[in-house]
Amino acid sequence: MIYSIIVLILSLIMLVMALVAIHHKSLQIAVIASGIISLFASVVYIFLAAPDVAITEASIGSALTVIIFFYVLNKIRHSDAKE
Amino acid sequence: MLRNSLRVIIIAALGWILFQVYSGYSSRDELNELAGYYATEGLSEVGAANLVTSVVVTYRGLDTLGEVTILFLTALIIGLMLKAEHRGDRTRLRESSEFLVTASHVLLPVIFMVGVYIFINGHLTPGGGFQGGAILASTLILMLLSFTNSKISHKVLEITESVSGISFIVLGILGVILAGGFLDNKILPLGEFGKLFSAGAIPVIYSFIGLKVGAELSTIILEFNQIQGTDDKSL
Repeated sequence: MIYSIIVLILSLIMLVMALVAIHHKSLQIAVIASGIISLFASVVYIFLAAPDVAITEASIGSALTVIIFFYVLNKIRHSDAKE
Repeated sequence: MLRNSLRVIIIAALGWILFQVYSGYSSRDELNELAGYYATEGLSEVGAANLVTSVVVTYRGLDTLGEVTILFLTALIIGLMLKAEHRGDRTRLRESSEFLVTASHVLLPVIFMVGVYIFINGHLTPGGGFQGGAILASTLILMLLSFTNSKISHKVLEITESVSGISFIVLGILGVILAGGFLDNKILPLGEFGKLFSAGAIPVIYSFIGLKVGAELSTIILEFNQIQGTDDKSL
């Protein structure tokens, strides 16, 4: 019972973060919000007894993807500033 | 008006499809034939404590080879697209903060060891080559963030990547010659259940996969890092 409540709360946070990622004006905050979705998704995977998937989601979803998005954002801003 | 009504129709159709799926759904109490075979016979046939690993590396080893190939192609294409003209003559970056640098001196070896632990113990504990490789690549991120002016050699990553890729294929072919088929793990003795050197060739295969994935993801990160601050018109 307590597990279902925790999973429900985590899923609600993920939904809110997804809305933030879509609707926020600042792209940086949108990228961070999408990283937070992956972080909470990995916790949910542990509660659903899938630790293999949880490790993948935590390392790829919330570390590598976010950093690649930030590199690309930085690059785009530089080329925008030049024009 | 027409566009809006079209949207409503599409949403209603999707809702109808999902409702059909939902109303026809009933949870199963037992595994189907194939999954049941993996769950019951996997322990004695493969000898890995982590059943996910025995499926990923042995029963479905060919699919894993496909995944590794896709990742390799991705790294290759990114390297091709991001070919910057003047690599190297970038402006010197500002030094990172004292906190980050000091913390990375402590954390870098620990995170690296965790990554290596995850892929060497892939047959005993959760995780495996892909997860361990991703953690190895995240140490590279921390390194690039904290030691901003360090030089990381592409050559080392390339050699690691190709040597482990070739060894992975050679182990697979050895399985055809010495044991039951491509990527069969019985080319080495199964050993005692639960020990580090058990489950045949799985620890060896997963170590090569881990090194390969780690090198590929590191190459991708490094490519993206090296186009920062360069002045190229190709993008």
